[in-house]
Amino acid sequence: MSGNEYNKMELMITLASRNLEDNSTVVVGTGAPCAAAMLSQKTVAPNLVIMFEAGGMGPQLPTMPISVGDSRTFYKGIQATSMAEIMEYCQMGMVDYTFLGGAQIDKHGNLNSTIIGDNYEKPKVRLPGSGGANDLASLAWNTMVMTPHDSKRFVEKVDFLTTPGYLSGKGKREEAGLPPGSGPYKVITDLCVMGYDEDEKRMQVESIHPGIDRKQIEENTGFELLWSDDLVDSKPPTKEELELLRNKVDPYGYIIGRA
Amino acid sequence: MSNEELVNLEKGIGELFVEPDADGAREYFKKKPRKKVPKVTTVKKAVEEFIEDGTYLGVGGFGTNRIPTAVYHEIVRQKKKNIGLSGHTATHDGQILMAGKVVDRCDAAYVVGLEARGLSKSARDAFEKYGIKVTEWSNAALAWRYKAAAMGLPFLPTRVLLGTDTFKYSGAKVMNCPFTGQKLAALPALNVDVAVIHVHKADIYGNCQIEGIEVSDTDLVKCAKRVIVTTEELVPHSQMRNETDKVKIPYFLVDAVAEVPFGCYPGNMAYRYFSDEEHLKLWLEKESKGEIESFIEEYIHNTKDFEEYLELCGGIKRIKELRRQENLIEDLEELEGLDQ
Repeated sequence: MSGNEYNKMELMITLASRNLEDNSTVVVGTGAPCAAAMLSQKTVAPNLVIMFEAGGMGPQLPTMPISVGDSRTFYKGIQATSMAEIMEYCQMGMVDYTFLGGAQIDKHGNLNSTIIGDNYEKPKVRLPGSGGANDLASLAWNTMVMTPHDSKRFVEKVDFLTTPGYLSGKGKREEAGLPPGSGPYKVITDLCVMGYDEDEKRMQVESIHPGIDRKQIEENTGFELLWSDDLVDSKPPTKEELELLRNKVDPYGYIIGRA
Repeated sequence: MSNEELVNLEKGIGELFVEPDADGAREYFKKKPRKKVPKVTTVKKAVEEFIEDGTYLGVGGFGTNRIPTAVYHEIVRQKKKNIGLSGHTATHDGQILMAGKVVDRCDAAYVVGLEARGLSKSARDAFEKYGIKVTEWSNAALAWRYKAAAMGLPFLPTRVLLGTDTFKYSGAKVMNCPFTGQKLAALPALNVDVAVIHVHKADIYGNCQIEGIEVSDTDLVKCAKRVIVTTEELVPHSQMRNETDKVKIPYFLVDAVAEVPFGCYPGNMAYRYFSDEEHLKLWLEKESKGEIESFIEEYIHNTKDFEEYLELCGGIKRIKELRRQENLIEDLEELEGLDQ
């Protein structure tokens, strides 16, 4: 790889990193979301407070954590606290962003990480379950998803609604009792970046990655997408972002080497 | 909507393996001995004495971090049956118990997976083939179920699970706030039979110090009838008295203390040793190749205790490497030179 060439994972992490603001708070898991938060700290958001659901807060991450509860998640941090306390920060409204993934996602941003198959009692595949995902998506102000884009993943209906997006549409989160004003914010894939429209809270393409066209995105999505009137091209990683990502964030290529 | 209309809304269909019973728990704790007596024992004896077939277990730490691995091995070694598991991010701990075929019911927030490392086939089989009973929750839901019990309450109102299938297959109920009328998810308190935790330091009476994150351990030990503690090291009682701000768990909650150095291996013990990723990978490989039974035979049933397991896994030499990893000492080659 030379010059400004980059792989899909590097593109997704970079695009995700630009969505975090300075002096904001984010709860992340391991892997790409953590890499995005680390890159964000080194670029647009030096004072970003990174939290981990097991209790780690504000670490100066020396290397990528391998578990949401390992000792790297509070290395030279602000506080080493508890799971209940991190979740209570989310519930009281102190957490701006969270990043999630899942086996399936629908047009309203609902996620499945529990089972594959239509019979809960006899699942075709049992997945780990919610973990903290339901909590974080219920309670953080803005939920972002970073995921590969294919029609097996982007489905009309999730087999199991583990984690709430906008449920069946606008106003449904509030009706169910979830905190007003919270919810899905962006979906960042290897093909495009999507947000949600105001009228129906449906997934809407906002920017298309270099070399990708609308047809490719449609073919890889199992539901009808909306398209922003202000559709733009995704801005690829800068040389500086790539250098930071490769040399400072993930020098061993644990995450960016997977693409 | 008036507050009067707001009762008996939706409820989850998941089975409650433990019914919330704050008064029953109080009656139990009324009789729990407070006497400050030495409680030092071995893992073998603690498991024999406190964990019966059918026991509902609350597990400390977080999956591969600060977990009482020695106790889980001993539960498998003693071939306990029909153990209930509270699985809020139960990764390697859940994997040991499910590969050892001791679990028959599970409150699940995050099971089956080992985070970034992959999925455990033993745990998947437990759910897909062996029909383990399961009720869905989230990590916060289980943490707050512990907190409700720790507060001596029958439930806590929260704002998670609402609107999802996770709620539908949980044992939670929707309630309305008696003050504002807003919808809340009422989470039933979870009182467990036995809590097992691993800590950095304990004295002979059971006062405990935990370094780094608590995860849910301080709440968990308050919802347990019996508490088994394993500790990296036993320290003098006077040290606890001189460091009261560091004591996270007071002795009167604790029933048994066993000194098990490196007792979280192959997990990560903050400030002491990092997780042994090679060994965790070996577990996953043996599971996916269908060789887990002989692996469990060799590493658990054929070892008499955790010390023998550690020896099989590379002993003190391996621990020293993991200690360097934990302390971010990068120049391993140079240090290995020093060993000779």
